[in-house]
Amino acid sequence: MLKLEKRPEPSRLWTAITPVIAVLATMVFGGLLFAALGKDPFVAIRTIFYDPLFSEFAWFYRPQLLIKGAPLILIAIGLSLGFRAGIWNIGAEGQYIVGAICGAGVGLAFYPAESWFIFPAMIIAGAVGGFLWAMIPALLKTRFGTNEILVSLMLVYVAEQLLASMSLGLLKNPDGFGFPGSRNLQHYPSAHNAEIISGWGIHWGVVAAFIAVIFAYVLLARHVLGFQIKLTGESPRAAKFAGVNPTRLVVVCLGLSGALAGLAGLFEVSGPAGQISIDFNVGYGFTAIIVAFLGRLHPVGILLAGLLMALTYIGGEIAQSNLGLPSAAIQAFQGMLLFFLLAVDVLTNFKIKFRNERVA
Amino acid sequence: MTDSLLSLRGLTKAYPGVVANDDVSFEIGHGEVHALLGENGAGKSTLVKMIYGLVKPDHGAMVLNGAEFTPSQPRVARAAGVGMVFQHFSLFEALNVAENISLGMENPPNQRDLSDRIRDVSQTYGLPLDPERRVGDLSAGERQRVEIIRCLLQSPKLLIMDEPTSVLTPQEVEILFGTLRKLRAEGTSILYISHKLEEIRNLCDTATVLRLGKKVATCDPREKSARELAEMMVGASLHIPEKAAAEAGEVVLEMRNVDLKSLSQFGTSLKSISFQVHSGEVLGIGGVAGNGQDELLSALSGEALTPDSAVMFEGKSIGQLGPNARRSISVLAAPEERLGHAAAPDMSLIENALLTGRARKGLDKNGFLRWGAARRFAKDIIEKFDVRTPSSKNAARSLSGGNLQKFVIGREVLQDPRVLVVNQPTWGVDAAAAAAIRQALLDLAAKGAAIIVISQDLDELMEISDQFCALNEGRLSKARRTADLNVEEIGLMMGGSSNAA
Repeated sequence: MLKLEKRPEPSRLWTAITPVIAVLATMVFGGLLFAALGKDPFVAIRTIFYDPLFSEFAWFYRPQLLIKGAPLILIAIGLSLGFRAGIWNIGAEGQYIVGAICGAGVGLAFYPAESWFIFPAMIIAGAVGGFLWAMIPALLKTRFGTNEILVSLMLVYVAEQLLASMSLGLLKNPDGFGFPGSRNLQHYPSAHNAEIISGWGIHWGVVAAFIAVIFAYVLLARHVLGFQIKLTGESPRAAKFAGVNPTRLVVVCLGLSGALAGLAGLFEVSGPAGQISIDFNVGYGFTAIIVAFLGRLHPVGILLAGLLMALTYIGGEIAQSNLGLPSAAIQAFQGMLLFFLLAVDVLTNFKIKFRNERVA
Repeated sequence: MTDSLLSLRGLTKAYPGVVANDDVSFEIGHGEVHALLGENGAGKSTLVKMIYGLVKPDHGAMVLNGAEFTPSQPRVARAAGVGMVFQHFSLFEALNVAENISLGMENPPNQRDLSDRIRDVSQTYGLPLDPERRVGDLSAGERQRVEIIRCLLQSPKLLIMDEPTSVLTPQEVEILFGTLRKLRAEGTSILYISHKLEEIRNLCDTATVLRLGKKVATCDPREKSARELAEMMVGASLHIPEKAAAEAGEVVLEMRNVDLKSLSQFGTSLKSISFQVHSGEVLGIGGVAGNGQDELLSALSGEALTPDSAVMFEGKSIGQLGPNARRSISVLAAPEERLGHAAAPDMSLIENALLTGRARKGLDKNGFLRWGAARRFAKDIIEKFDVRTPSSKNAARSLSGGNLQKFVIGREVLQDPRVLVVNQPTWGVDAAAAAAIRQALLDLAAKGAAIIVISQDLDELMEISDQFCALNEGRLSKARRTADLNVEEIGLMMGGSSNAA
């Protein structure tokens, strides 16, 4: 008979290898899923994991990896700080949208003037926009004790409506022949988040993502605030005894994650996406939740998980177009990844015992 | 063999990494009150769980009334005439006494008959209890009576009682002992688990001492001194803390009419608490659990804030200062709950050293943590307080309760407090470690600190406190010199009736 026995302390070994096991299990069961859909599972798995990196068209896909990975990492880093403290910001998608609207709005306000300070001003506006949107659940929680999960999630839908209104109204391109959507920032040099090295996919958002990883690592490993975040997540009562101010922590964690999500939105709208449009958001804010957990809420883990998740996105798209896999199958595949990760998570805190039932 | 009710023969039970009971044999006679003595972790609980059918022994046999006894579950044990009163009650607060009792029965009679039987039993055995009252309104002593009567309704031949007096006032203890003596006179045997030696000498006919899972001796406790029994339990000669006779100095900490609404639903609000502690003095605060101990500690530690001048430290108002601000002026505290309040369970001892030691030990600089200094501080605590752990990197929850308690107390003592508030400093700690902790508190007082010990262990308070007062339903009695008090007076103070004194 199988029995779970609690480990005296979490196993470091299992903490490190459970994500790998989860990825392998996802490959196996995803393969079965693809086989059931009548596709060759080995080809499908190779298409998703191998082709984007090493096929003859990899030169096209590799930069995509950074372009898709950067917003995921940037958002997930912010979320992980809150998640560590038990503060659940589920509405990064909304903060991402509002950050993009604010940043793009500032840029478009200067159109067509050209100046060096426009892009930095947009970055600040993007961060502030995400921050303020996240302050709504933060203040409601600290003032009235509302649940930040519900409020932040519902604000995503509000933000989506705001986005639609902006693309149809205030920010609509005056020269756009009535089509919804703003001017394309890619054609406005002062506001364009262009590639820093052509063909590599590295734009300022990628740089910001790497800086965020380093910042979060130092914060968690060496700073008092990081210690307080971890302590609050571990044991709220001990945190209070240690002098942590829970209200301040809620504001800081939601504010930081909102600002980073807003930054991700700004870098996206001024770079790869180019314009505010009704369907600007593609779910980075939600996928980042998976990335944060896949990376075990650890900055370096999130860096790797963000790249892996970007890989399944790109690979999934190739599989859709080349093998004719339905997009729902790809989403199920990504869902499996989180499912297996959470399932094997139990091994870090428990060990499995094979027990012989003794007959007394 | 014929005159014994239950005989245990070579009972052995091993868990991974530890042998909880190793070849334990003894006999419980008819109408005998048999004490089971031992430190925490000596194997007392495992042994009674085997008798009550909660745990199956690996080896060995039990014979009850001449017949093989292998209870596979508590129901079988109850049917065979074994009843047990646990240390932690399993009662529903929202239901009344009779409803609670009927929930535990195989074939409950209707409520009116049951209430009559409860009244019957409670009168016969001198355990006053109204079957119609809601359990939520009962005191701990009354709740225990519910559990006892639940057992007595089954007319057990053997009644197991696990640490029954830990939640009782001295007066309630006397009532309980009266009941137990009456049961004994009727031929019921009682297996009485405790580590309170005076009680055992007072009540029990026979005592079996366990140490590290093995039986050390079976003896007549009335023929042994409390110290001899303790040394059998510990297996070594016992160091009794020494109290230096010191003159109390000036007032260090004062509370003035503190009212504090409890944050938790089942907590007790504090009602106009006032007291003073002097330099070099140990103030003992007794009282049954749940009378406002947690709330009092949080008002002193700074987790709960009061009007500024309601708490005074060396003439300064500190009622509005939070925990870290109080730490920096050397007012420290160690709460009762070790895991989850005093320490974070999954964090290492180094991180837990940082938890309260940051300000006074200079463990951070401009907001950045100094891990090296934190590691040295943790090592220092582990060495000076004899904390048994493989390394300072181990998680707090991997330590035994006693070792973690030594760590928690050591962490505060080594920060050189002017005021130290501790809640249940030796709860669940073995005798040797408890003595070490009490000695550390006394040493601190001798150096001029003011110590406040909140405890439910009266023996402990008698041993180390200079002044004694009691918490009852959130009110604090007037402090009196401990040396002038007798047990009767303490019981009255704990019951809340001597506020006029």
